[in-house]
Amino acid sequence: MREIKATAITQAVAALCIQANSRLPADVEAALAAARAAEPWPLAKHTLGLLEKNLEMANACDLPICQDTGMAVVFAELGQEAHIDGDFEAAVNEGVRRGYGEGYLRKSMVADPLRRGNTGDNTPAALHLRLVPGDKLRLTVAPKGFGSENMSRLAMLRPADGVAGVERFVLETVRLAGSNPCPPMVLGVGIGGSFDGVALLAKQALLRPLDEPNPDEYYAALEKKLLAEVNSLGIGPQGFGGRTTALGLAIETAPTHVAGLPVAVNVSCHATRRASAEL
Amino acid sequence: MEHRLSTPCTRHALAALRAGDTVLLSGTIYTARDAAHKRMMECLDKGEALPFPLEGSAVYYVGPTPEKPGRVIGAAGPTTSGRMDPYSPRLIALGQRVMIGKGARDKAVKEALQKAGGVYLAALGGAGALMAACVKELEVIAWDDLGCEAVRRLVVEEMPLTVVLDPVGGDLYESGPAAYLAGR
Repeated sequence: MREIKATAITQAVAALCIQANSRLPADVEAALAAARAAEPWPLAKHTLGLLEKNLEMANACDLPICQDTGMAVVFAELGQEAHIDGDFEAAVNEGVRRGYGEGYLRKSMVADPLRRGNTGDNTPAALHLRLVPGDKLRLTVAPKGFGSENMSRLAMLRPADGVAGVERFVLETVRLAGSNPCPPMVLGVGIGGSFDGVALLAKQALLRPLDEPNPDEYYAALEKKLLAEVNSLGIGPQGFGGRTTALGLAIETAPTHVAGLPVAVNVSCHATRRASAEL
Repeated sequence: MEHRLSTPCTRHALAALRAGDTVLLSGTIYTARDAAHKRMMECLDKGEALPFPLEGSAVYYVGPTPEKPGRVIGAAGPTTSGRMDPYSPRLIALGQRVMIGKGARDKAVKEALQKAGGVYLAALGGAGALMAACVKELEVIAWDDLGCEAVRRLVVEEMPLTVVLDPVGGDLYESGPAAYLAGR
């Protein structure tokens, strides 16, 4: 049995928090550049140029890309043949505490949803753990800002609503979000599973690189169609009007109940951040 | 059209601004988000003084990242303004002239701005590094316990902004997309 030290997990999470908030994944940066090249509306093209300039400045001035350095969403895939020497959850949270402290990242977590009160160190992380074959630990930190998170929605559709119902719900969600989630958006769509499961599917869809379509051709085609529809709404970068309302749209699915068709849309922004490491 | 503005702003200075125009804003502005707005309402209810003078003021809805040693400010892009909608009309009635954020406002805010001759300006959402470059001074002036939500006094130079709501009822979030859809 392979041993993974809790201190190594803490170190990796801390480094990933800082890395994710300083540099966009290459696929998101490429999507932004491609959107600017294809944008026909002058104001929108100009705005996309400013967003690219922001990335350069974040790099040059050693600043986070966005001030909302997010809730620290952590996905962990733990090989079932590995053993962790120490408290796993505590190790992840210690990594968040260190990363957000040492990286001068913003602490945005409150301890209680109604009574509020900032925890002061951005803990706890939103941790999703999955047991997988093997003896490695794969960690992904995907800091999530709430300007876009607040625009996310979930619906329990009827099976009769079908694919048209899903399309309507996605477009309605984007329309309602409008200028709020810092468009151009990135959209994670979950279809199927259960009430709780479909929201996680939508979140997981945001982890897939934007240049990687769904492996199922049916859903790859639906992703392409929905993205085109979203980009015909006219909202545009920052909501000022234009073609580029979204940079990407990914769908994740799961088997569901005979009586149901759950759908969830997790809205993200042009600063869709994620960074991974394997221990 | 591009305008140069300095704070504090008079009704007269804002009268020519129209939705879609760009603004380079200089001078002192104040930061406040959800929690600070809630406390400002409590101050007003109790008849206590606010952390900053409202007359002609510009408020920036921002919670910056902590400044690194030797730096004035961290990343400092706008937060979603709609969360401040319940508070804004009261502040506008008391003299607040300029609000800086991102995202749509409600009907009551639009009406209050028209009545008072104020404006709502958009900073570039998600562009924290770019917006930080125009901040020259920072001082926490109230409610330090709120962390990133504490009230800060900022001195800005040529802060690049876009007029979303103007004093005559214009709304870029409606007219911008409509113009694109009509012109494509």
